[in-house]
Amino acid sequence: MTSPAISDTKAPLLAMRSVSKAFAGIPAVINASLEVGAGEVHALVGQNGAGKSTMIKILTGYFSRDAGEIAFDGAPFEARSPQDAQHKGISTIYQEINLVPYRSVTENICLGRESRRYGLLDWNAMHAEARALLERFKINVDVRQPLMRFNTATQQMVAIARAIGFSAKLVIMDEPTSSLDEREVAVLFEVIRQLKRDGVSVIFVSHKLDELYAVCDRVTIMRDGRTVKTANMSAISKLELVASMLGRDVAQVARSATAFGGRHGKIGEVILEARNLAAGHKVQDVSFSVRRGEITGLAGLLGAGRTETARLVFGADPMRAGSLDLDGAPLKPRGPLDAINRGIGFSSEDRKLEGIIPDMSVAENLTLALMPQLTRAGIVDEARQRTVVEKFIKRLDIKCSGPDQRIRELSGGNQQKVLLARWLAMNPKLLILDEPTRGIDVGAKAEIQKLIKELADQGLGVLMISSELEEVIEGSDRVVVLREGRNVAEFTDSGVNEANVMAAMAHGKDADPARELTP
Amino acid sequence: MRKSSLLSTLSSQGVLIALGLLILFGWLRYDNFLGLFNISTVLRYNAMFALVALGMCFVIMTGGIDLSVGSTAALGSVVSALLSPYGMLVGTLGGVAAGLAVGVLNGIVIVRLRILPFIATLAAMLAANGSALLLAHDQSVSVSYDSGFTDLGQGDIFNIPIPALIATVAYVIGSIVLNFTSAGRTILAIGGNEDASQLMGLPVHRIKFLVYVASGGLSGLAGVILASQFGAGQPIEGVGWELFAIASVVVGGTLLSGGLGSVGATLAGVLLLGIVFNALNFENGLGWISLSAYWQSVIRGVFLLLVVILQSRLSARSDTAAPL
Amino acid sequence: MSEAELAATPPARQIAPLGLLARYSTLVALLALIAFNMAFTNHFLSVQTLNVNLTQVATIVIVGVGMTLVIATGGIDLSVGSLMAISGAIAPIIFMGKIVKIGEIHVAVAVAMILAVAIAGAFGWFNGWLITRFRIQPIVATLVLFIAGRGIAQVSTNGNLQPFKLAEFQWIGLGRWFGVPVQVVIMIVLVAVAAWVLRRSLFGRQILSIGGNERAARLAGVPVASIKRWVYCISGLCSGIAGLVVIAINSSSDANLVGLGMELDAIAAVAVGGTLLSGGRATIVGTLIGALIIQLVRYTLLANGVPDDVAKLVKAGLIVAAVWLQGRGQA
Repeated sequence: MTSPAISDTKAPLLAMRSVSKAFAGIPAVINASLEVGAGEVHALVGQNGAGKSTMIKILTGYFSRDAGEIAFDGAPFEARSPQDAQHKGISTIYQEINLVPYRSVTENICLGRESRRYGLLDWNAMHAEARALLERFKINVDVRQPLMRFNTATQQMVAIARAIGFSAKLVIMDEPTSSLDEREVAVLFEVIRQLKRDGVSVIFVSHKLDELYAVCDRVTIMRDGRTVKTANMSAISKLELVASMLGRDVAQVARSATAFGGRHGKIGEVILEARNLAAGHKVQDVSFSVRRGEITGLAGLLGAGRTETARLVFGADPMRAGSLDLDGAPLKPRGPLDAINRGIGFSSEDRKLEGIIPDMSVAENLTLALMPQLTRAGIVDEARQRTVVEKFIKRLDIKCSGPDQRIRELSGGNQQKVLLARWLAMNPKLLILDEPTRGIDVGAKAEIQKLIKELADQGLGVLMISSELEEVIEGSDRVVVLREGRNVAEFTDSGVNEANVMAAMAHGKDADPARELTP
Repeated sequence: MRKSSLLSTLSSQGVLIALGLLILFGWLRYDNFLGLFNISTVLRYNAMFALVALGMCFVIMTGGIDLSVGSTAALGSVVSALLSPYGMLVGTLGGVAAGLAVGVLNGIVIVRLRILPFIATLAAMLAANGSALLLAHDQSVSVSYDSGFTDLGQGDIFNIPIPALIATVAYVIGSIVLNFTSAGRTILAIGGNEDASQLMGLPVHRIKFLVYVASGGLSGLAGVILASQFGAGQPIEGVGWELFAIASVVVGGTLLSGGLGSVGATLAGVLLLGIVFNALNFENGLGWISLSAYWQSVIRGVFLLLVVILQSRLSARSDTAAPL
Repeated sequence: MSEAELAATPPARQIAPLGLLARYSTLVALLALIAFNMAFTNHFLSVQTLNVNLTQVATIVIVGVGMTLVIATGGIDLSVGSLMAISGAIAPIIFMGKIVKIGEIHVAVAVAMILAVAIAGAFGWFNGWLITRFRIQPIVATLVLFIAGRGIAQVSTNGNLQPFKLAEFQWIGLGRWFGVPVQVVIMIVLVAVAAWVLRRSLFGRQILSIGGNERAARLAGVPVASIKRWVYCISGLCSGIAGLVVIAINSSSDANLVGLGMELDAIAAVAVGGTLLSGGRATIVGTLIGALIIQLVRYTLLANGVPDDVAKLVKAGLIVAAVWLQGRGQA
């Protein structure tokens, strides 16, 4: 560990020292250390697979550790389960809201710790308590309403309020802003600052580096299971942070963050024309076009309507208004099958939920969309199926023990490759990719980005959604920015840069590129 | 009754409206529909189903299901009939204990062995059925008339049938538990999101276990009432009770996937389905049409269908799959 | 598990001995039962015993085939018993000429059988329609016909018994084909066809993908709604056939009794046979084995003097044990 910058001379609230943990012989955390002082907001960063979540799970009692010590609040700390950790003062706020949506705000805050009168629940007291806790964070809602009535940000506040109600001294926040828009993030940060003022410490796990700079005091970087660097946020630049995370040279990182490396594609004619699309609540009025050989990036904050627009084009959701033209002919898909038959492929953002069929093999998953074409007289031609599968396993370098291995045993990156192959096997004209590199380790990420680049170079039209700004900027020939269900800006060539895109995402049409966020 | 959400309120109001309309229809059309005798008979007869539906309501609210309630009631009726010579109290306790035993078995298999409620209670249903037949030697067990056991099922207090009183008390207790105890709120939390409830530190396993025990006990009690009302413990009775109970619960607006529900609405559901039968009897008596009792199941099925379609239209969460 | 952990996991899984046992538990159990009976039960290895057992199992397996397909899509069909009653009620009405007299008896029987099965299939299609059009959960949707279906059968016969003696019809339940009872032949044919369809055909693969992950299947272009409707229709058709067999064996049709409890028998056979109740993994042959196991256990007990009621208790324990073992094998 290089120069651990200790914020003050008092004993830290939390000290994890030389913690190690291996799963079935494979090390996940190696000799890692983490220290958090009282009232400190401490960032924990690292790529997927670096060991961050394992560290957290060891701390909160989900896993047991193989070696090392943990001291909390001056005494050795041992949690048997997350509930146990909660009782001992360490609470966790997760990315998915782990509360009960049908139940009221009050219940979600107070259940497990209820006030009683004559043996029965005292609702008045509980409502009052819930209200008081939320007021500390300047949140004013009707606590009797079911939780699901409120947006994700408010639900997250409720989760935090629950933690405080349980007298948490340390609150761990795991990717808390992934479902929040800019305004909601600002509210969350205020809450965190209030926690600080109350002497509660926070461990903040996030991929979004800009946010860390806004609210954290110190940062610990993990890579390949080790804690490689701890520093004051003010003393380390974003480039150094990223370089440390990736284990690369700062200069190298400065040049390009992704394997796209900037686009210089040969652009053909328009393959998809979308006019005034509207669907559900999220898509109000979206127009854009995609050309052959071009990667069109769809950028926007969470909730801007990107995924919904993409699903609309694919026929996964019904269209309320607007028109679509594919290759010059009108496109009115009544379902995904129509879109597929016209030559569109769609890779959804959550492969576990909507991508893979977990119990089926690699081969079956890969050929899922292709199967009708491999069928003769209702019977699947297994020989042809095998040929196709083996071809793609080789082409995409999918690491598996064979086409018959169950897909759920593959790593995220390899699963994503299988899903991409599913669409490539269909020879599509237009490929829609929603978060194609989400939750994938560095190596596989680069491979997939390279693949997408190749596909576009071969003449495919690509519509790509990504929440990682570098990916959008370096990977797109053209960026269409969505905001609150409408397209507000479009950039090409040199106009595709961080400043423009971020300004448009945040401020819409009246964006002033000079007003961007900088560390 | 606390309003937990628009959906639940609307659905439960829907049941009440339907119930009201049906009663109005019956009052206008049939003589003595709202007479003391008829009301008393309807309440007495449906009290058993009401008890079973209450237990089922709690189980469904946790996201589970209990298919053994019918057979458990049959077992309860047999046990209480066998014990009836020793008096009403002993007979009742015996029947309820038998039901509790089945409930404990269900609880253990579902919570400890982690077997899906559907399968576990299916097996329990077979086991209870077999046990009932075994104890009864494959025939009805006559109840002893000297011990006062039959007063339970056939008697009245202030002109209100005792079984109806028992059911009412059960529902009142059930409602209090649901709305004013942490156990009740935990039941709803488990059905809403079991993993989150676990992470929130709620005693999920304990509550799930207790819910099946309660369902068993209530079914046993229903069996006691069955035996004392009809004068015999019947090992093959109870067939179809579980599905009737599920229908009542669903008609009442409780979501089959769990997490949202109302005790009172379940009672309304029971009454609704029960009064359909009653109205049919009257209709036949009028002679306008000759509808056999067989039409009752068709009509009940249609009712269920309409309610379910309505629920699916109103429901915002139409793609939650029901855990079996 | 983190990315690092997953990427480094060796591709082939170590399978513990218990897991191996669990995977083949159904076959092992069946063989064990047969072995036990060979040793301890008189006359077990006779053709007659085989016939008796297979006959009793045949209707359950016929229904079980349809049920397996339904469960494979992640659904369930509680209406099978009631649909059996409907088919069993309709057929005699037609071949006994209660509505329309059809002169040629063979034609009458043919029409009766086809119509009865077709109507059961249509009701099955109705189940599928409810589920796909209104997004109603299968257990509730099929519950409607469970309750109303038997009523429909009862209403059309006014609850009366329809006795008959018609060899041209009753061959389906009492006839033999080269010494093998006809319903057993039907059962074997259905099992063979269904198993093959599930494994080799597009339809079968798509069924399994729906049960495995319905949303993913839909996004991959699988016609989910259409397949579901067909699968429930098939379940209805199977129930229709089973209804005919039952009334043929009994020489009468009692709408109150035909198919009573069949849904649970079929589901038990499917579960014991190894098909996942959540869908996505199914085995038709497993359902056959499951039904045989349940039947054999009952037979073993009865043949050795154990009362039927105790046999029920054993059956219950068996179901729990089998499902539990399946769960371990899945891990």
